[in-house]
Amino acid sequence: MKAYSRELTVGAALVLLMAALVLFAPNFFEAQPFISRLASQMPALVAAIGVALVIMTRQIDISIGAQFGMCAVIAGTAAAAGMTMGVAVACALGAGAVMGAANGFLVAYLGLPSIVVTLATMVTWQEVLRLWQKGRMIALPEGVQWFGMSQGAGQAAVITIAALLLASAAWAMKNLFAGRHIYATGSDAEAARLAGINPKAVTFGTFLGMGALTGLAAALNLVQSPQIQPNCGDGLELKAIAAAVVGGVAITGGRGTLWGVLLGLMLLANVNPALTHFHLPPYWEKAIQGLVILLAVGADGMRRRNGRKNK
Amino acid sequence: MRNGEHDGDLVLKPLLQLSGIAKSFGAVRALKGVSFGLKAGEVHALLGENGAGKSTLIKVITGAHRADGGTMEVNGEVVSELTPAAARELGIACIYQQPALFPDLSVAENIALRLEKTGLLVKVKWAARRRRAAELLGRIGAEISPDAEVRSLSMPEQQLVEIACALGSGAKIVIMDEPTASLTQKEQHLLFKVVRDLRKSGVGVIYISHRLEEIFALADRVTVLRDGESVGTNPVDGLTEAQMIKLMVGREVEAIYPPAEGEPGELVLSVKGLSCAAGGVEDVSLDVRAGEIVGLAGLVGAGRTELARVLFGITAADGGEIFLNGNAVRIRSPREAISHRIAYVPEDRRRHGVILDMAISANMTMASHGKIFPKGLLKSGVETEAAKNFIRDLGIKASGPEAPGGSLSGGNQQKVSVARWLATEPKLLILDEPTQGVDVGAKGEIHRIIRELAKEGLAVLMISSDLPEVLGMSDRVAVMRGGQIVAMLEKGEADAHTVMAAALGRGEVAE
Repeated sequence: MKAYSRELTVGAALVLLMAALVLFAPNFFEAQPFISRLASQMPALVAAIGVALVIMTRQIDISIGAQFGMCAVIAGTAAAAGMTMGVAVACALGAGAVMGAANGFLVAYLGLPSIVVTLATMVTWQEVLRLWQKGRMIALPEGVQWFGMSQGAGQAAVITIAALLLASAAWAMKNLFAGRHIYATGSDAEAARLAGINPKAVTFGTFLGMGALTGLAAALNLVQSPQIQPNCGDGLELKAIAAAVVGGVAITGGRGTLWGVLLGLMLLANVNPALTHFHLPPYWEKAIQGLVILLAVGADGMRRRNGRKNK
Repeated sequence: MRNGEHDGDLVLKPLLQLSGIAKSFGAVRALKGVSFGLKAGEVHALLGENGAGKSTLIKVITGAHRADGGTMEVNGEVVSELTPAAARELGIACIYQQPALFPDLSVAENIALRLEKTGLLVKVKWAARRRRAAELLGRIGAEISPDAEVRSLSMPEQQLVEIACALGSGAKIVIMDEPTASLTQKEQHLLFKVVRDLRKSGVGVIYISHRLEEIFALADRVTVLRDGESVGTNPVDGLTEAQMIKLMVGREVEAIYPPAEGEPGELVLSVKGLSCAAGGVEDVSLDVRAGEIVGLAGLVGAGRTELARVLFGITAADGGEIFLNGNAVRIRSPREAISHRIAYVPEDRRRHGVILDMAISANMTMASHGKIFPKGLLKSGVETEAAKNFIRDLGIKASGPEAPGGSLSGGNQQKVSVARWLATEPKLLILDEPTQGVDVGAKGEIHRIIRELAKEGLAVLMISSDLPEVLGMSDRVAVMRGGQIVAMLEKGEADAHTVMAAALGRGEVAE
């Protein structure tokens, strides 16, 4: 079907990559490292889901890396101070929601461009982290890693949480009015307003959700290591945006699916391990990822040009 | 025949009553007190020239704009603080001239988003959406798949989707803003049937059209808007076409326009059989001489701006010839047009004209960098000097050449836009709505400038929807309709009636 052509293309590329690995580097699929790699991608997946929603409303959020760092440090500090795991996770979610709401308020209700707003909040949170932590890392107490369970059970829990989130969010985007209003707002905000949708509320809501999801991503990251670095979110925004764009979320809003985002992330994230297993120099990772992104954006451009010709 | 469709016992009660509605955008008073009543089971036509305030009035009724003054009653109850969502709940639906659809979503979903109102966490019923869309499209006889993405539909198809939305809304008040503008004959037929069905079921229809024959065929009453005011409501049966046109234009040419002097010089622009299917321009032939102002009149959508865009190389022509000073030329881009010494001052100052954040000196020189700076290096002294000359010659009110474009009034911005193109030293100047949104004083000055330029030997082609302006300024008036020039009037024969009658497509109109 034409509507899902991007998902199919990216899915096919991923299948090809996996098939090549099965043939030439079967030890790529060795259970334990495979699951570890998968679990380590889950925070990025959660962040990519959030940023995909933001892009679908025709906005952008480049502050999520810094937000992620803030959430991680806040939750880590709470855990280090002896609070329970539940409280620490709630701290991450709450802090993320507050930071997301700040972005959403500035973009939706003051009408400021999201690229500038989130650039400003990105710098702000980075500076707050720098002054507060001065580069110190936070050692986490015993019970935090893998939620106090065994590594296998913890990794399974992380993957399950992210998978449930993805499945329910993808379902909601397709089947709930809330999801359809996101597409409508991104496709044409004025038409949405005339149809009785409140585009400002939708925009605010997606930024709020983005913040909360960043908090969740930080929590899923927190449980995977014995300590937390204040700069642990650096570059996350680019990774998440790239996953969304490669997965078919149009930067012009109104199009894309979360399943596509999953495929986009998996394709980009597997470049590096694939190179290692093929015994190729890993320096090529960024170049290959860049090429994939260019192909995706180029395909979007072609689609738009063809769309215009039809009018 | 029309009367035959009315059941005698159908009670005509007021569905919508507007009194003294006013709306301003900045200094422009779009509506100055409009009164309008709509009864159940009637088709009420709204008629007026371009800029008379019809579209603004509709947007007030649908809650897209908030009125500054006046009252609106629906079913006898005063409505205030109207939003689009609230208007929908009151049973008001609108088919906009420009379809307000979601290009990335399917036809079924576009229709559904207009009609369904539910909580955010309610599940979408896709099958029901598709069925309903298919049913509505079937009722108006449109052959469009509910699954098609709106992006892939043609303009008329999008218009049909809009009509399906209005039909499905079960609205008691349906507004149609030039619904036939992009429809073919067959689709028009479908639409007329929908309108008649709506009337039969007691819906009040507000019908806006420039096509008088449609108004005679469909409407029960007609209200005429002129300059943001309602000038009267009449039953259609008692009116003749001539009376309707008179109501629309009925005003004297008040302003004094600078007179033409001397005879026009040699032929500068000659167009023969020019066509552009994409822009809707069809077989246009036109001459403009040095020192002459040719007015291009017509209704919005008649193809005037499209013609200008073809002449300036923005849109490619697909037939016909253009001669400049007797030589056949091909104009494939604005750059080529400029090199042929054609200048085009576009209609939309904000989008295509003055760059608001830039100094007016830079605004003025940007189309003629090659001329002013032959070595390729910008020298701010030269630029400032050029700008100072224009500021003096055109009487631009600005704090200086460095003032940003946005700090100027609309009229002065327009002069900056004109200056930019004069800097290219054109032979042919095309002006698109040169005084739109400009206050009266500045308007007079712009008129004086245009006449001065003509006297200096420029050939001027002036698109204008302002009838007194066209009549007052033009040495000859070309009237366009449906992409063609339907009348070429000499100064003596052009008056409000002949121009409007030609623009509306009525041949001879008696007083």
